[in-house]
Amino acid sequence: MASILAVDDSASMRQMVSFALKNAGHNVVEAVDGVDGLKAAKANKVNLVITDVNMPNMDGIALIKELRNLPDYKFTPILMLTTESAPHKKQEGKEAGATGWIVKPFDPDQLLATINKVLG
Amino acid sequence: MSAAQQIDSNTSVDVMTDTDQYLTFILAGEEYGVDILRVQEIKGWDNVTPIPNTPDYIKGVINLRGTIVPIVDLRHKFSLDAIPYGATTVVIVLKVSSEDGNRTMGIVVDAVSDVYNVAAEEMKPPPDFGTISIDYVKGLATVEDKMVIVLEIDKLLNSGVLDNSDSLLQ
Amino acid sequence: MAIDITQFHETFFEESFEGLDIMESGLLNLDIGAADNDTVNAIFRAAHSIKGGSATFGFSEVAEFTHGMETLLDEMRDGSRDVTQESVDTLLQSVDCLREMLGASRDKTPIDLERAEALKKELEKILSSDNNSIKSPSENDESKNTAPASESSGRDGWEIKFKPYHDMLRTGNDPVRMFRELAELGDLSVEIDISQLPALEDLDPEESYLSWKLTLKADVEKEKVKEIFEWVEDECDIEFNELSAATDKADNPANVMATATTAPPQTTDNSKKTAAPKKAATSTDSASIRVSIDKVDALINMVGELVITQSMIGQLDCDLDEFDNNRMEKLRDGLTLLERNTRELQESVMRIRMLPISFAFNRFPRMVHDLCQKLNKKIELKTTGEQTELDKTVMEKIGDPLVHLVRNSIDHGIEMPEERVAADKPETGIIELNAFHKGGNIIIEIKDDGAGFNKERIKAKAVERGLISSDEQLSDEKIYDLLFQPGFSTAEQLSDISGRGVGMDVVRRNIRELGGNIDVSSEMGKGTTFTIRLPLTLAILDGQLVCVGSEIYITPLVSIVESLQIKKEFVNNIAGQTELYKVRDDYIPIVRMHNIFGIDAEQKNLEGGLLVIVEGDGKKAGLLVDDLLGQQQVVIKSLETNYKRVDGVSGATILGDGTVALILDVDGLIELSRNPPTSGNTSTNQVREVA
Repeated sequence: MASILAVDDSASMRQMVSFALKNAGHNVVEAVDGVDGLKAAKANKVNLVITDVNMPNMDGIALIKELRNLPDYKFTPILMLTTESAPHKKQEGKEAGATGWIVKPFDPDQLLATINKVLG
Repeated sequence: MSAAQQIDSNTSVDVMTDTDQYLTFILAGEEYGVDILRVQEIKGWDNVTPIPNTPDYIKGVINLRGTIVPIVDLRHKFSLDAIPYGATTVVIVLKVSSEDGNRTMGIVVDAVSDVYNVAAEEMKPPPDFGTISIDYVKGLATVEDKMVIVLEIDKLLNSGVLDNSDSLLQ
Repeated sequence: MAIDITQFHETFFEESFEGLDIMESGLLNLDIGAADNDTVNAIFRAAHSIKGGSATFGFSEVAEFTHGMETLLDEMRDGSRDVTQESVDTLLQSVDCLREMLGASRDKTPIDLERAEALKKELEKILSSDNNSIKSPSENDESKNTAPASESSGRDGWEIKFKPYHDMLRTGNDPVRMFRELAELGDLSVEIDISQLPALEDLDPEESYLSWKLTLKADVEKEKVKEIFEWVEDECDIEFNELSAATDKADNPANVMATATTAPPQTTDNSKKTAAPKKAATSTDSASIRVSIDKVDALINMVGELVITQSMIGQLDCDLDEFDNNRMEKLRDGLTLLERNTRELQESVMRIRMLPISFAFNRFPRMVHDLCQKLNKKIELKTTGEQTELDKTVMEKIGDPLVHLVRNSIDHGIEMPEERVAADKPETGIIELNAFHKGGNIIIEIKDDGAGFNKERIKAKAVERGLISSDEQLSDEKIYDLLFQPGFSTAEQLSDISGRGVGMDVVRRNIRELGGNIDVSSEMGKGTTFTIRLPLTLAILDGQLVCVGSEIYITPLVSIVESLQIKKEFVNNIAGQTELYKVRDDYIPIVRMHNIFGIDAEQKNLEGGLLVIVEGDGKKAGLLVDDLLGQQQVVIKSLETNYKRVDGVSGATILGDGTVALILDVDGLIELSRNPPTSGNTSTNQVREVA
């Protein structure tokens, strides 16, 4: 089972994501913002990163850029959670190196279906 | 307390539908009864910490496993002559209920006597004493040819003690 | 597997209410016309999170309402819309409305949609007004116009030409993943084109050089197939050709991007709306506390040390026959350490109950803002020491008194702008809220630079109310004390703002109930300062054990000024009744404890007796006691749980030997010494000896 980093400043979203992933048997590392997420990513080599976009301190886009600069995370799938269907956010995320996105609102089943795609 | 003993309210005596169990105690030769379901425990007499500026019948407070429990001397409360506390002197710890919740209070009595079953119909209302307020007497019961004065402890210990209304038998 | 998402609701509400507080204070701090970017961002983020969460957890009305706010904030954030007073006010009202909507959602009560609708219109009006932006408030429009014209069946499948750009792998997208997904749709055959593959020495393993021709034998809609490549459509050249009739021509990669899959929102929303009300209403007022991880870590560290100390002491008794001095020494050290550990552990545990006072201060910016608008006053609120921590219970109980005092300052303290200008003061008044620690207490100051109290008027009013006689000479302190007398604040002063049925007497009583007190200092024309002193915690007290007769009492250490041995020459006797003791320049009334408490004491003569000088409520008194014992921390137990309040006693505690000792209430004792109990029923007769 995979080890997954979930980054979101919203505790309820984090709880839900984390609960769903754990329920599916994955290991979950949680982080509350980009800075925290980067630290967690360095401390735990995870197989997948799921990050919110709008966060204090360091947002999701910046986190993705930072992660892609780390040798360990060059090819690791990174999914962003976004309510912004506006193409520019996805575009920005893609340019930063995001693998894909999950559009909020989503439910646990949709989340699992999506991550199963990238985990393979 | 080595003298302390727990009274289990579910003791073996048969409980009939309209029969209540009473724990009785002796005070100046008379036998009084209290609803056994209200009895939390019975302790031997031990020193109390007096509370200043309270009526004489408030002996003080004790530490009952971390809570502060006031102790009422029933002889004092009933204006009976004081006697030195002896080997049989006990504190009956009671649960008292009032509008603002439940309290735990202790009463000092000469000795514990017995546990009786008293059917509701055997209980006689207290006679009318006229001017004397005895609303804390629930009724009189006759058990084995003895009279037992059954106390209404909520009235006795709430209005009688907390409100300081000293309308006693005196 | 279905996961019950209602289990996250409580967290969602908790964080949403926090988010609303952030929005509110952020909005209040925004400078119109020159808004700080970080602040706008923080406000936006809070709205954004609430929207995301409410949509996810099925509170669609909330999500919909928040959307308008978010859109407006987003425009403010990217600079396409100016921050105007109007928009800030509307947003503030929206915050209030949202708070109510969330509260109603949490309590499962009906939402006041009328108000929400009205505000939504206002937000839309702002959004459609003047300023640049042409952004439509509806976010799902893209998905609508891309609704596929589902021409079903009659096709064999799809031929997909897929040529990733060199750097596609860098986004963590793996072609194999996509092929696997395609294979799930039907029969897939893959042709690989390696013509672009460079010579080995030139090959960069992180780049992608391959391209594929994929043949999918399945009667599926094009959307389904495109969706698989959705994440990489900008990172590849891709062509979809329908296999059978070949009607569908190559798709231009550029417009593929517009087909974002925003289908999920609608479907999930509906399913959750019905799921939400199933659960029985949970208690809104769960007495939980959020504890920062630092505090928990500190606690764990403490426990760790305790374990070490325990094992250290444990090693000592392994061989009791040889209990020499050396071991005694170590044992003593160990016990000292244990004592320290215990104390630190206790402090750490108590700290869990502590919250920063910002919880109580947070409501004031809004209050000042609103009241200023209402009263046409100009007031700036300054707060310091928001991080000062206070016991949760104290915090909850200090809120109302603080509100009263701040309202009082706004209403009666700070003058109208023109009055201020006329008095040579800046037009804008200042109210300061300061919190800080001082000697085991928390001090909260409410300070204004307003008109100050008019002492003569206070006196006149007190005379009018019959609180004092007209010829009474009063010190400043006494005059201000009148403010706190029941019956002083009256209808005349009742305004919409501060006089809401509670007077200053209630404020003082509430503070006293918390074991604190309140002082005033004021200068006419310059302003007024209310100083509230509160104990750090309600559960534990540093006490001095004193002995009166055979009884031990605890005097709170904070109220002890000093202790001294009485010297006859300093004792003064007024009219044979009031005994005063001269301490430096002060004359302090002597309170004979044994008299007050009706105890048979050893020390009935003043000469050589011990006097504990205490201060409470601004008044000093000397308590005559028989002996001073040690000092220790005691856990406060209530006498009222099973008995009732007793004058002069604030509570009780249990000493090391299991006996009960009463804790003295210094203010009450001073009061008691002035008005001794008349129906004491105590064994000794009261002699009125003290003032």
